[in-house]
Amino acid sequence: MEELHDLYQELVLDHSKNPRNFKKILNCNHSAEGFNPLCGDQITVYLKLEKDLIQDISFLGSGCAISKASASLMTTALKNKTTKDAFSFFNKFVQMVRGENNQGTNLESLGKLQVFKGVKEFPVRVKCASLPWHTLLAAIEKKNGKISTE
Amino acid sequence: MKTSRLNLQEEKSVLDPEKIRKDFPILNRKIRGKPLVYLDNAATTQKPLAVIEAIHHYYSSENSNIHRGVHYLSEQATLAYEGAREKIRDFIGAKETSEIIFVRGATEGINLIAQTYGRKFIGSGDEIVISTLEHHSNIVPWQILCEQVGAKLRVIPIDDKGELLIEDLKKIINAKTKLIGITHVSNALGTIVPLKEIIKIAHEQNIPVVVDGAQAIPHLKVNVQELDADFYLFSGHKVYGPTGIGVVYGKKNFLEIMPPYQGGGDMISSVTFEKTEYNILPFKFEAGTPHIAGAIGLGVALDYLKSLDLEKVALYENELVSYALEKSSEMPDLQIIGQPLDRAGVISFNLAQLHAHDVGTVLDRHGVAIRAGHHCAMPLMKRLGLEATCRASFAVYNTKEDVDSLFKALQKTLEVLG
Repeated sequence: MEELHDLYQELVLDHSKNPRNFKKILNCNHSAEGFNPLCGDQITVYLKLEKDLIQDISFLGSGCAISKASASLMTTALKNKTTKDAFSFFNKFVQMVRGENNQGTNLESLGKLQVFKGVKEFPVRVKCASLPWHTLLAAIEKKNGKISTE
Repeated sequence: MKTSRLNLQEEKSVLDPEKIRKDFPILNRKIRGKPLVYLDNAATTQKPLAVIEAIHHYYSSENSNIHRGVHYLSEQATLAYEGAREKIRDFIGAKETSEIIFVRGATEGINLIAQTYGRKFIGSGDEIVISTLEHHSNIVPWQILCEQVGAKLRVIPIDDKGELLIEDLKKIINAKTKLIGITHVSNALGTIVPLKEIIKIAHEQNIPVVVDGAQAIPHLKVNVQELDADFYLFSGHKVYGPTGIGVVYGKKNFLEIMPPYQGGGDMISSVTFEKTEYNILPFKFEAGTPHIAGAIGLGVALDYLKSLDLEKVALYENELVSYALEKSSEMPDLQIIGQPLDRAGVISFNLAQLHAHDVGTVLDRHGVAIRAGHHCAMPLMKRLGLEATCRASFAVYNTKEDVDSLFKALQKTLEVLG
């Protein structure tokens, strides 16, 4: 049962129950909506971009604890970071949850996001954890858009 | 102690689950080191050894193509395939074997009716009535038809308990109503729909009724003639048979006037480049080599179920559902979704404020297989104001111990996620 506790760590449960930045930024200039048709997870990521700088980031949506906590922690990690940082986080995060991190990529820089390391033991839940990040990418690339994990 | 002993005796007089469990090899396996507690039967049931062996036997000693072969094996395969058709006719109480069409499953069955009967007899401005309880497979084929012919979809609403509002059906149907498509048992809530009443109302207006029996056939004794259903369809794999095989029953007078579904071999009696004559029923609807092994396996699955006595099966499964509902009332954090008066095989629930997928993940680690999500009934979830539910669904090999394991694992879920 240890892997269950690795998946649902206190930090994850806290962020799923009390998601941070759970609102719409009124003066956002980028946003995207993401769906996971398998689970019915739905999320909208809002960004206020000043050139390459993520001045503000927030999200709204519904879904399981993993997707909600992942979105919440993502917003706390990326505020005042550049989009370049965001892409780098994205790559490391997705590698980590898919368990593709055999090359020994340094995950330290992910900080609190490392709490999702346990997801790799639950292949059907990988999409839940990565949905907010795919939605983020869509939001950065387009002024607004829709994506789906399927 | 005295009472529990009495219960045990009563249970034994109904069915002997321990004996039945021995017929299902998969129930011996462990999941993540724990005994399998399989409560996802509304998605698919496990297969008894008799079915597995019948398929093995077919491929190892009878395999051949059917109907036009002049050799021995073809004759044997044809006999086995047509024998299965007769078993199905008998099982659902149809008048003739020509009214039994083999398809891939309930989904293909509904598509077949929509694209043959529907395309020919439903036109612009006509209306098709379905219900809020429907699985996507009894919604989308009708939506596609509506788009093709310019018809309109109307929906019978439900109350908060998950029961159909029959009075509303009477208001919905009118001169434009050309067909009613309705489930017999809700896959998400377990509601048994008052089918006889609906069919009676429909027939008073000469409206044919298509019944999705996928969730009913495993749990209820169904007689299509008593119900007076015009079409009744189901999947083999939900009733202890193989995947990839299902059945459409249709009244002969309807099937005869319907155009074929797919074109190809076996559905013709003669072909020239100028004109093709279609084969007689039921072959008109079975183009190409069918799933012969699947049909044979389904026949054996129905034999198996019959040997247990369908009334006893229904009684036993009701006992399991009642026991689960009783246990759930002792768990204040658990909310049962849907309180239909008549229920078959299914309980839907949510635990505290937890998302069904998180609950499903934790249960799985305890060896308990349930389904979590919208159960391919998104409009129903929307009506109930929910994103998803957990669904435990029962089969004849489940026991009260399985129910106990479910509730123990739910308690653990609260500890992990609470």
